[in-house]
Parts: sequence; C-alpha cells; structure tokens
Amino acid sequence: MKGAGYILVHTPDMITHYGTTQTSERIVNPESEYLKNIEANLRPYERVRAYYPNQTYIGNITPLELKEIEGPWQDLECPVDERYGKYGEIMPQDEFYLLIQAVDEFELVFLEKSFVEATKPKLEQDPIITPYVLGRIKEGVESERIDDMVASEDAEGLYMGDKLVGAVKKAHAFDPNLSAHVMVENLVSKASSALALMYAVKNAGIDRDEVEYTIECSEEACGDMNQRGGGNFAKGIAEIAELSRSTGSDVRGFCAAPAHAVLVAAGLVKAGIFKTVAVVAGGSTAKLGMNGKDHVKKGLPILEDVLGGFAVIISENDGVNPELNTDVVGWHSVGTGSAPQNVIASLTTDALDKVGLKVTDVDYYSPEMQNPDITKPAGAGDVPTANLKMIGALAVRRGDIDRKELNAFVEKHGLPGYAPTQGHIPSGVPFMGHARDGILSGEMNRVMIVGKGSLFLGRMTNLFDGVSFLMEPNSGPKEEAAGVSTDEIRRIIAQSLRDFASGLVEAGE
Amino acid sequence: MDLENQKRVKDLTEEYGPENVVVLLGAAEGEASGIAAETVTAGDPTYAGPLTGVSLGLVVYHVCEDEVKEEFDPDVYDEQVSMMEMVLDIDEIAEEMQAIREEYTKY
Repeated sequence: MKGAGYILVHTPDMITHYGTTQTSERIVNPESEYLKNIEANLRPYERVRAYYPNQTYIGNITPLELKEIEGPWQDLECPVDERYGKYGEIMPQDEFYLLIQAVDEFELVFLEKSFVEATKPKLEQDPIITPYVLGRIKEGVESERIDDMVASEDAEGLYMGDKLVGAVKKAHAFDPNLSAHVMVENLVSKASSALALMYAVKNAGIDRDEVEYTIECSEEACGDMNQRGGGNFAKGIAEIAELSRSTGSDVRGFCAAPAHAVLVAAGLVKAGIFKTVAVVAGGSTAKLGMNGKDHVKKGLPILEDVLGGFAVIISENDGVNPELNTDVVGWHSVGTGSAPQNVIASLTTDALDKVGLKVTDVDYYSPEMQNPDITKPAGAGDVPTANLKMIGALAVRRGDIDRKELNAFVEKHGLPGYAPTQGHIPSGVPFMGHARDGILSGEMNRVMIVGKGSLFLGRMTNLFDGVSFLMEPNSGPKEEAAGVSTDEIRRIIAQSLRDFASGLVEAGE
Repeated sequence: MDLENQKRVKDLTEEYGPENVVVLLGAAEGEASGIAAETVTAGDPTYAGPLTGVSLGLVVYHVCEDEVKEEFDPDVYDEQVSMMEMVLDIDEIAEEMQAIREEYTKY
C-alpha cells in the first residue's frame, strides 16, 4: 500500500435539503419542532475543524493519540484545527459547491455569479486543486436565473444559509434516476471522491500516469431508467483526477464495499494484470444528519455535518511499503449465518488460523470505525469498541485469552472510532493511512482491516456481509520468477549453449 | 425500530392476534432495546413508522434475558448467543425491558 487520501467536506446546508432524516421529516411531519431547530444546532466550520475525530481522520492526530483523550469529544476544543492534514483536508461548503460544478460534464450545475467571484479565489489557494479543475468552473449566472430553475424547473438548490447560490438541474424530463435530487447525490459523491483521489496520488508520491485501474466503492448508483445502476463512477473520477492511463469500474457491497474493493485491487496487482490500482469512495448527502433528531433531543449539535471521502493506492511490491497479506483474508460466506460468534470468527480467526496466528498476534483491529460521539446518543453504542469486545469474547471462547483479560484485550488492541457515519466510509478503511505510517515506523506489526455490510437494506437478501484482510510490514523485494532471476536464466541458457556447442565439436571430431 | 420491521410486526399481529405474538429483540444495549420494546408496546416513540400511535401492547423480551434463555436448547444458545452475553450489559438491558413490560404490555 503506497499511500492514502482522506478528506471531509463541511456541508451544513446540505443536511436540511438532502439528508434523508430531514427530507423524510418534511414529508411526514412538516411542522415538526426538529425541523425548526436544525439551524440553531449546526456547527460553524471552525468548530468542525477543531474537532478531535475530524483532525484524526485527515491525519493531524493519530488514533492512538485520540485514544488518550477521553470522550465525548464534541465539547472539547482540539488544539490542532488546521484545514489541511497529512492525508487531506476539511473543505468548506462554499468551495465544495465549485468543485461540484467542476465535476459536472452535462451543464447541470449553475452557480450564482457573485458567489463564484467571491469563492473561486479561495479555492485557488487549495494546493491540491489543479488548473484543470479550476478551468472547469464557469463564471456564473444571475441570481434570478437560479431562482427560476429551483422554482419552476425541478432543479435542486445549493444554499449558503438561507441564500440560494446555485442549482442542479434534472438530467432527463421524467426519468427518476436522473432527477435533480439524484444528480446532486451523484455529483457530490463524484466531487468528494475526486478530491480524495487527488490526495492519495500525491501522498503516494507517484505520477498520475502510473495508475492503471481505479475502483470506486461508494453506495450510490448512477444510470438511467434502462440501467439504473449502470455505474463506473470510477472512470469519471479518474478523469477529473487526470489519471489518463487509468480505466476502472465500481464495486458495490453496502458498507463492506471498500474492504471488498481493496481485496480486488490487491488481487489485480498480485496477478500482474495492473501494476498500480486506486480504490476510492466519496461522501453521501443522504446520510447527513441521519441521527440528527437524537442529537438535537439530547442538546447536542448535529454532528453528522460532514461528507467523508477516502482513497488508497495499491501497487506491486516496492520493497518498502506495507503489504496486504492475501494469505490472511477473512470472509463472511453465504453459509456463515448470522450468529455473532460465527460472523466474527469468519472475519477474524478463520483468516488468522490459515497461517497459525492467534487473535492476540494482531496489534490493532480496525472494524467499523464510527465516531461514538455520533452513535452513542442515537442508541447504537460505541461501535468499534463493541466489535473489539466481540473479537475479545471470541478469543476467550477459543482459549487465546482468559475471561479476566477481556477488558485489557479491548484496551490494547482496539482503536477509537473517528469516522463520520457515512456508511461505507467508516468501514475499516479509515485506519489504512495511519496503519501504513505505524507499520513503516515500526510502531505496528500487524493490523487487521474489517469491513462489514448490511445487505438486507437492499431487500434482495437477509444476509449480512463482511471481508477482512491483514496489513503487514514489507517482507522485502520478491525475487523474480519464483526465485530465479533474469541473470540466472541467462547463465543457464549460456551454459546449455556451451554444452551444445562442445557436443557438436566432439561429434565433428 | 426499522420502519420495515415495524410493518412486519404490525402485519403479523393483525394476522395472528396480539395475544399470540412474542417479540424477541437482539439489540446491543439498553436504550436501543427500550426504544424497540416501546415501539411494539406503546407505539413508535420516534413518530416515524407504521406503529406511530399504535399501541400493540405485545409481550416483548430481549434474547439475553433469563426468561428467554431458559426456553432454549443450551447447545443452541451457546452457539448462537453466548459470545454476545460476554459483550453486552445484560443487567442494563433486562432492567430496561422489565420496565417497559410492566408499563405497556397488555398480554
């Protein structure tokens, strides 16, 4: 694994207009107190930056440092409040609206002229934003034109507070798969993916032309009424990131998709089909404010106010970077069933048993990395800790550790959750960047990434799903052709020719 | 509780009669168990699903409560639930469930 990009986008005004909890409430209960209170419970950009989990996500704080800070973190002020981090950035909403336009190929996104004039110089300061991206942003149109689109052309609005600053038009007269709402979701996913991908390529220290394949693994679907999930967000994202030698495709699997996608990438590289593969996913507007009602009820700000994006670069062994050990892969199969012990065993011990490792031989487990500030007030508990307890309980059942050591196991091998609850975004992969650094510095030896997914949400199966893999230090450059180098082959051929020649001479004599 | 599950509970109750239905929960902690239990007894406290304002008053237990555990084949329970017993705060869950049953269960 050569590098990673992690980005967040603060989108307070998309919570009301695009988060399904809020859009559903507007249909079911339009006069609700909750809807009236949303605005008062939004966090300003500065607070979002000075938030421990967000700074951990973009890499300015390590999860091990965060572990030492007792939560809940929402009332604390993180001493680091930078926009930019080791892996990416926390982009503000206004600049992101420009990025949405930059990724639009079909003239669906319109922005108000003075808004563009005021915001473009800010975006130009962002070092990751290329001239190509900036060149795609248009001058803007009069505000009356935007008002008309939203009022009478079924366009969806882009807001800064109460002010309408942009509109996204529908892409078909009546196809619901190309409605303005769907186009916003997909363009937001594409824009946030592209941002993460640009960071991953830069952080991996590779040329853009080295990426030969891009795998997108979000939970969105793009297509029209004849092919609703037609897909290949991947290629469109690679195009924006100027990966001109890359093709790509999408992998789906609800929240488990990123872990599946990394496995596919590792397989493509190991098989020698592609030398360098990028895995990428962007954020989901639908999940903004998903647990907002619980947060507001408990006097908390609406904490699901950011979109998340990530990208990792997987390439052939360079003799330096951490390896994904494809001998230690866990998967929940059709026959695994839904009993928690079977689920956890399939994802952890079944994989470790293949190479004779114990549960305690893995330094850190990165399962569902949801931020507990968000999930606990919503009654879902501390998800990563619950997962670690289950892994620990399994270790107890197998006799790897004693019952009395369960809490100590969780403390030692667990990580705090710091990812926004954006479905696929928290699913194991947020730790890959930190794990790469920890393994390179010698601080960590083995890290297990676990992705899990709730397939029943699609109503096609009641099955649960998950896959896992192990990250390890580099085992050294591999010798060519299973231990026989090119020089060795030359030497063998030369020797054979000499033997043949001397045979001829002897025959002649 | 998931809106689809609320609908299923409602439909099954209409089909078999509320006195013949027992709802078995597997939620991971006390508060979530309590909300689910309240949903199938007093009605959906979040006012979002088909059980909003519908007080079914059903009998409801969490799978980790002693009363339910006794009904199981111990081997099956060991295989399916014992690991979660180590993980969950059973006392907190049982307390929450007991309180909801006392207040809202009609059968």
